[in-house]
Amino acid sequence: METADLIFKIVFVLGVFGVSLVIAMYSTYAERKVAAFFQDRIGPNRAGPFGLLQPLADGVKMFMKEEIIPTHADKALFILGPSIAMLTACMTSVVIPWGSSLIINGKEYVMQITDVNIGILYVFGVVSIGVYGIMIGGWASNNKFSLLGALRASSQMISYELAMGMSIIALVMMTGTLSIREIVESQPGAHWNVFVQPLGFLLFLICAFAETNRTPFDLPECETELVGGYHTEYSSMKLGFYLFAEYINMFISSAIIVCLYFGGYNFPFLNSLGLSHNLTAILGTVLMFGKIFFFIFFFMWVRWTIPRFRYDQLMRLGWKILIPLAVLNIVITAVVLLFKYDLWNTSIN
Amino acid sequence: MSKIAFFVLAFLSIFSAMMVVFSRKPVHSVLSLIFCFFTIAGHYILLNAQFLAAVHIIVYAGAIMVLFLFVIMLLNLNAESEPHKTSAGKIAAVVSGGLLLLVLVSVLKSTDGLQLSAAPDSQVGMVKNLGMVLYDKYMLPFEVSALLFLTAMIGATMIGKKELD
Amino acid sequence: MQLTNRSKVVVRKEMSLAERLYLPAILGGLFITFKHFFRKKTTISYPEVQRQFTPVYRGHHVLKRDEQGRENCTACGLCAVACPAEAITMTAAERKPGEEKMYREEKYASVYEINMLRCIFCGLCEEACPKEAIFLTDKIVHSGYERQGFIFGKDKLVEPVEADKRVDISGRLKAHRKN
Repeated sequence: METADLIFKIVFVLGVFGVSLVIAMYSTYAERKVAAFFQDRIGPNRAGPFGLLQPLADGVKMFMKEEIIPTHADKALFILGPSIAMLTACMTSVVIPWGSSLIINGKEYVMQITDVNIGILYVFGVVSIGVYGIMIGGWASNNKFSLLGALRASSQMISYELAMGMSIIALVMMTGTLSIREIVESQPGAHWNVFVQPLGFLLFLICAFAETNRTPFDLPECETELVGGYHTEYSSMKLGFYLFAEYINMFISSAIIVCLYFGGYNFPFLNSLGLSHNLTAILGTVLMFGKIFFFIFFFMWVRWTIPRFRYDQLMRLGWKILIPLAVLNIVITAVVLLFKYDLWNTSIN
Repeated sequence: MSKIAFFVLAFLSIFSAMMVVFSRKPVHSVLSLIFCFFTIAGHYILLNAQFLAAVHIIVYAGAIMVLFLFVIMLLNLNAESEPHKTSAGKIAAVVSGGLLLLVLVSVLKSTDGLQLSAAPDSQVGMVKNLGMVLYDKYMLPFEVSALLFLTAMIGATMIGKKELD
Repeated sequence: MQLTNRSKVVVRKEMSLAERLYLPAILGGLFITFKHFFRKKTTISYPEVQRQFTPVYRGHHVLKRDEQGRENCTACGLCAVACPAEAITMTAAERKPGEEKMYREEKYASVYEINMLRCIFCGLCEEACPKEAIFLTDKIVHSGYERQGFIFGKDKLVEPVEADKRVDISGRLKAHRKN
């Protein structure tokens, strides 16, 4: 690897990491602001203009709070829990293509940290590890509510992971690749996957809500029954890590939804504008972030609209509705693909 | 580079495997086992088998071990509540373990060294190649194992079903 | 027995397919919340903007002085009698020669205390007062950390002598005189 490549990679990695942290930070602000607007209120407006410094104030507050580790808690695991949650939240952004490519000094630089050829599986692997953060934290707290929250979280996440994986299989069958970049490139202009895989998109969206523990699937931290769920015993920045990880997850899952179903950095008529290669790439990235922000807004929008599910309803939805629908989607896609393939073959001969 | 990675990974996997046996708390054992699985996934990646590595993590570390951890957390096992083991059981364990070791050693001895290909094919573990092999050369075993899973699923459903009066 | 005709009988009918899908209902809910997004906000940014009180608002009490700066209160005790919460206590004293500038009549209250934790701000003391001495203003009673701090003595109740620091109660005075 050449030095220029290496420098670009390092800068890009730092950039992605920084941007996802800043976006997660401002998601907390946006969440409060959006919630307020949905409820005819103003929301935070004291720290800085329009309350823009609120996330910083919250961060300072989190750091200043007393760090409490319960007496009978398993100390090492108690600290390990939030660390895993944060780590897995940050790990996923590696395989997401943030833009097409930039040409600097006649050299092409791909705007992606690494294009693993099993990108989607990597994402699934990391998501499945994410459960441990919650489980370990919940168990190590040595608290009934925490344990129950952790159990709920893990069984919920395992159940919805299945439906999520199966909803993607149909998509993978269509595009014939597991690499996220190739999936994005297979939907140029307005040929977004959402138009050919509406059911798959819906399933994926619902599962994304469940995987990020957002309302209506936020049973792991269900305040009304479980006090605070798995993070009941947490305080200070360890609690901050859990909360922060949720927002990073929200950002990343929005990015994945956009990449898989909404064409990523593709946009209608973007390539026919006659702009230079670099400008098109940057514009594509900006538009991709626009789509991502819409989905983050959508996450919040749903949170302040729909009440929480009951636990048995959640399990019924996951196992009895989403998984059969995902299988149905796979079968339909397979049949359609087969017929298209046959037609294509006969038309050639 | 990959040699260093191999030795680090090998050390970690053996260390964590030992921790599974030696740690006092069952939960720590399970967590070490999970860590061991991760290092094994690392070995897969070193062997250019990314797909296998990802599936290994998703299936074993992500799903099966979660259930394992689940059960152990709920049982709330600890050193005090552990039932006293009789010496007969201990002897039986040592004998069976020793026999297993004997078998493994003899099997390893009978192989004529590990045959390393000079330049491992970097494409051998890709999804496409794996799929080709699975659905072509090993079609029958693959389908039979699928049938096995189906049977297991039906069995689980039957157990989960409420008994009709 | 039916008291009103507004009761609604619960119908437990089978849900139709559209209802069982839940998606139309969820979209409807999303639409409703989205409409609220653009509504006028009801919040008032408190310290900068203050909501206007009605002229009959009953807040912090004040013991009035007359135009020459003499205390109106004669410690007759009618307010204490009228008070349903028994929040008012007072001790009467006789005006000494030379104190004519401080107290309007020969008798005055040397101690006048209202327990703000008992007070229910009903305004009956104001109605009972024959001397137009006690009024409830639109000032808000401050919060505090200790119970003792809520027993307001004359230092907190009597209005300042200086003409520009007098408490304006003209709105309430008008209502008071009408009765």
